[in-house]
Amino acid sequence: MASLSENPSPSAAALLREVAPAKLDRPVLVENDRSFSWITNKICGIIEERTPLWWWVAFCVSGFVASFCLIGLTYLVATGTGVWGLNNPANWGWAIVNFVFWIGIGHAGTLISAILCLLRQKWRTSINRAAEAMTIFAVVCAGIFPLFHVGRVWFAWWLFPIPNSNAIWPNFKSALLWDVFAVSTYGTVSALFWYVGLIPDLATVRDRAKTKLRQVCYGIFALGWRGSNRHWRNYEMAYLLLAGLSTPLVLSVHTIVSFDFAVSLIPGWHTTIFPPYFVAGAIFSGFGMVLTLMLPLRAIYRLEDLITQYHIDCMCKICLATGSMVGYAYAMEFFIAWYGANPFESFAFVNRAFGPFAWAYWIMIACNVICPQFFWFKACRRNLVLVFILSILINVGMWFERFVIAVTSLSRDFMPTSWGYYSPTVVDIFTYVGTFGVFAVLFLLFLRFLPLMAMAEIKAVTPRADPHHHGH
Amino acid sequence: MSKTFPKWTNTLPLQIVIFLILFLGSVTVGITYYFTPEYTRVGYRPPQPVAFDHSLHAGQLGIDCRYCHSNVEFAGHANIPTAETCMNCHNQIKGDSPLLALVRSSYHDGTPIPWVRVHQAPDYVYFNHAVHVARGVSCYECHGPVNEMEVVWHDKSHSMAWCLDCHRHPEDYLRDPALVYDLDWRPASKEAQREAGLRFVEQWNVNPPLSCSGCHR
Repeated sequence: MASLSENPSPSAAALLREVAPAKLDRPVLVENDRSFSWITNKICGIIEERTPLWWWVAFCVSGFVASFCLIGLTYLVATGTGVWGLNNPANWGWAIVNFVFWIGIGHAGTLISAILCLLRQKWRTSINRAAEAMTIFAVVCAGIFPLFHVGRVWFAWWLFPIPNSNAIWPNFKSALLWDVFAVSTYGTVSALFWYVGLIPDLATVRDRAKTKLRQVCYGIFALGWRGSNRHWRNYEMAYLLLAGLSTPLVLSVHTIVSFDFAVSLIPGWHTTIFPPYFVAGAIFSGFGMVLTLMLPLRAIYRLEDLITQYHIDCMCKICLATGSMVGYAYAMEFFIAWYGANPFESFAFVNRAFGPFAWAYWIMIACNVICPQFFWFKACRRNLVLVFILSILINVGMWFERFVIAVTSLSRDFMPTSWGYYSPTVVDIFTYVGTFGVFAVLFLLFLRFLPLMAMAEIKAVTPRADPHHHGH
Repeated sequence: MSKTFPKWTNTLPLQIVIFLILFLGSVTVGITYYFTPEYTRVGYRPPQPVAFDHSLHAGQLGIDCRYCHSNVEFAGHANIPTAETCMNCHNQIKGDSPLLALVRSSYHDGTPIPWVRVHQAPDYVYFNHAVHVARGVSCYECHGPVNEMEVVWHDKSHSMAWCLDCHRHPEDYLRDPALVYDLDWRPASKEAQREAGLRFVEQWNVNPPLSCSGCHR
């Protein structure tokens, strides 16, 4: 100590050199040192070029599939909810499964927009626009199921606390009502977030417009954006505030969705692990869906410089983390069922794994717990075909997770006399497949008419935007 | 930038917002006023096949409600009298009045008089007259001053909110069961009504159902 204080410089410098953190180069977020104008031309080019043939083919196919949904719902409204495979005791079937599935998918968008924004994860800028669009369209698809499950869909406004001549309010003690608030807040905030982020890019598209109609249409939605310092300051503040507002939503929405199950007394549902486990599962499925959408887009539009291997690595690692959390939750459910020494609870879980729906349970385990483990390996993350297949399997698994939860517990309730088996009907299947068509139609329209990446934000994270990037 | 939109569009967003506020406001007010039973039902006053005048029979002559609606104390449904009930008197009085032609023919061949229904509870609502009149809910509370009506009209809204007003606060409406059929009786004051009403609620253990299945069975 004494020698150090008397003659600090040589030994201290040596010590500092020794403990100095290694210089690790951050991976660049835009490769090949692309310029600002290249980015603008690339992204705007997608919506300015002639509509490609593949787009029309995809659009027609999606529109056709979406019509399944319309037909299924029309038949349901004309006939009654009995056309779905719901029975007693399985009063909830595919309707809630599909609702939770679609809502869960939306979560990646909110996580990317809100939490990654607050945590200054700059890699979000390449994927946030498309992921937010995905969120909004997923919420649209999710909303269809509870809306039509009410049967008399023209009374769906009774779900909202609107004064009426019946002098009654919705049941504020019911988790299903909390769902209404959670999902409608979520949809509103997500749409707002998406739109605010779009404003500078819409102005770019407006300024590049070749026709008057295009200029006016984009101009209306660009809200007179001129890119002045004052505009940017307000924009940044609005974006930050929205990020702060939607951060709790990432956690709250799926927590409340899990309450649909967890606040009931059905064995297998009545567990406190549900909220965190559902949130992890939702982010897991959401990132699965982002990968499923972004990998083909990256290939079709040659976006390799903007969605780099680093971006894919990040998404794969989030899938790995959340998928492992979900796997941990599955294990913990069994542990608690045993440790809690409640025979009904133990039965519910043994029945899940080895009962009549064991096939669904093991599909779930294979897809959700085993699939993401491939993402430990760099070679797997670099094999984009494998990543694409795994991302689809993740969502297959997450759909089966909701199916296992909803159906196994209900079909084996407290009274063995009422036990039964649940199968969906053709109408169930048609409606569900149709929602993929609805989603695809909306997403294709998004690709065609809106810039699919946040150009303005990407420019801010390019190596060129950082004048000190050579270590000065 | 200024090329895209002419100058007058600067105030357009404000105009749209003001229009939307006014439009949505008037839609809300319109629905609240014109699309609720308060408007759609109250005042319904269809002409009847026989010009039976309640203000003459129940008002001037003082015939008790139960003389004609004889089941009201004993059954869920308060019956409309048959022509036989009318003829109890009208075979003596105004026996050949042309106004009573339909009553006489109904009496002779048994074809019911096609009265036009004024008050109709929906099929999904269970309502029992006997229970209500036995606990001091006067005819007046639901049907209004029938003893003053030349032609019966729908006097109260009969909306669910209106049912619940009484089910939630029966003390504001209950009266001495002896006065149920006295359509001219009014409480001395709001306070007197409430004081007596609370006593009735306690003495008779009046416990109106508020659960869904109380009425939607």
